Amino acid sequence: MSKPDMSVTIAGVTFKNPVLTASGTFGSGMEYAEFIDLSLLGGVVTKGVSNVPWPGNPAPRVAEVSAGMLNAIGLQNPGIDVFIERDLAFLKNIDTKVIVNVCGKSVEEYLEVVRRLQTEAVDMLEINVSCPNVKEGAIAFGQNPDALYDITEKIKKEAAQPVIMKLTPNVTDIAEMARAAEAGGADAVSLINTITGAKIDIERRQFVLANKTGGLSGPAVKPVAVRMVWQAAQAVSIPVIGMGGIATAEDAIEFMMAGASAVAVGAMNFHDPYTTVRVVRGMEEWCSSHGVEDVSSLTGIVK
Amino acid sequence: MKTAGNRSIHEEVRERRSRIADMKKKTEMTVLDSRMLAPEIWSMELAYTPEDAPDDVKPGQFCGLYPQGGDMLLMRPISICGWNPARRALRFVYRVAGRGTRSFTTLRQGDRLQMLGILGNGYDMDLLAGRHVLLLGGGIGIPPMLGLAQALRSAAERGADTKVTAVLGYRDRALFLKEEMEACADAVCVATEDGSIGTKGNVLDAVREQGIRADVICACGPLPMLRAVKQYADREKIPAFLSLEERMACGVGVCLGCVAKTTKKDEHSQVNNARVCVEGPVFAAEDVEL
Repeated sequence: MSKPDMSVTIAGVTFKNPVLTASGTFGSGMEYAEFIDLSLLGGVVTKGVSNVPWPGNPAPRVAEVSAGMLNAIGLQNPGIDVFIERDLAFLKNIDTKVIVNVCGKSVEEYLEVVRRLQTEAVDMLEINVSCPNVKEGAIAFGQNPDALYDITEKIKKEAAQPVIMKLTPNVTDIAEMARAAEAGGADAVSLINTITGAKIDIERRQFVLANKTGGLSGPAVKPVAVRMVWQAAQAVSIPVIGMGGIATAEDAIEFMMAGASAVAVGAMNFHDPYTTVRVVRGMEEWCSSHGVEDVSSLTGIVK
Repeated sequence: MKTAGNRSIHEEVRERRSRIADMKKKTEMTVLDSRMLAPEIWSMELAYTPEDAPDDVKPGQFCGLYPQGGDMLLMRPISICGWNPARRALRFVYRVAGRGTRSFTTLRQGDRLQMLGILGNGYDMDLLAGRHVLLLGGGIGIPPMLGLAQALRSAAERGADTKVTAVLGYRDRALFLKEEMEACADAVCVATEDGSIGTKGNVLDAVREQGIRADVICACGPLPMLRAVKQYADREKIPAFLSLEERMACGVGVCLGCVAKTTKKDEHSQVNNARVCVEGPVFAAEDVEL
């Protein structure tokens, strides 16, 4: 049998394979380029970037839990100026698609970053309306369907690239949120961001994280993510990018079957910097051994 | 504003490449030795395969050791206590602090262990060689100080007129690594919190009691000790380098989990939050706020 077609197309952007990096778990690729060939990936989704540098939260910012981790980084980032000069300059020379994750504390802050990226070599934007670890903005836009519709519509008016709205699982009805993003004009949705959690050190009688609560990620969240990707995919006709605890090619295939057009590897990058490449290779092998000629044919086959 | 963006990307990549010298990788190590030195303090020696062995290891660098057990994902950052190029072996001396480090104690000679390394910046040996260096190690901060003392000893044998004084702080009479430190340092003093051996108190109490005066200080230990060393160094106008510890996820500068407050703009985000895993773990005392 000939090699399977691993490419997928989302909002007119064709990726060589469906494997992306989850925002915040891969920087802009510079560090992991010391371990893997980034051009083997479908795309790199950058860590969230804001209009000005953000210092993030106090440490400790990370904690381990069973089959996962909690983080409360607080979107520390150098701001759009350094990001364009340094990170985008680096990514420009890599043969992979570039998706920039955008964050802000107000609609205007998001728009400022979106405008700055209009003329840059960026394939898509992912709008972070789902970070649970910053006090203003971010998740506030992602937990109310009217606010989500409103910010999506405003960003779509200014964006030069297709727009992915990244959804939070910390809502009662994910289908309603996906529909709000679609109604606002989103080209795709991605989910899940982390699930809010907490860990207490019982000897010290205090929270482990300085922020008290943090976002849960890793294999522990995968069943929740698969369920939500399926619900979102049933609710909208725009593509869904699925993520949450993907560690293996089989996990990625599961997300595709639930309705994802592409997938992203997140916390498992920290466990093993080679995870993304293993998932890419494993998906291709799985397709070959199962007679799947086109990986995109798997999307949503489980209803 | 000095931004990394003022340098060309090629410069930065070259700098990164030379800094890491192709040494960062996740490898499978073979256990050569594992034994308890004191209650909850263990020593473990891990060998590289010939293909994976690094060219050089600097004192103060660390590795990420992966716990044994399916549901623990993150590596445990452990400072390097020694590097034996002939055996291609790294030595780690660690404290059992939880389930992950506890799992290392079950390893026996010949067992395999996943490791991410070599990580972090390490001590600037060119700067230290030829000076009187005061090493301050508190508790589980002692192991990297032993590695540094051994490297300084080698530098001294190569001709640099280096003098090493080590002050080791323990909780009680359960000492560890003291004899090995005596084998490579010019002088070794001990402080115990309960006063059972040496000076009663902390490492700085011993420094004062013994009237030790050095050109430069290198220290690793609990945060209150490092705060006190920073104050002491500032007051005495002695340059000091502190090896910091923080909870980490990736160990390679991606996740921004392990930040330390810095007095200068940090390299990555320029928000005075440096990554302990990449810009550290060794910082000039004047550059960090503790």
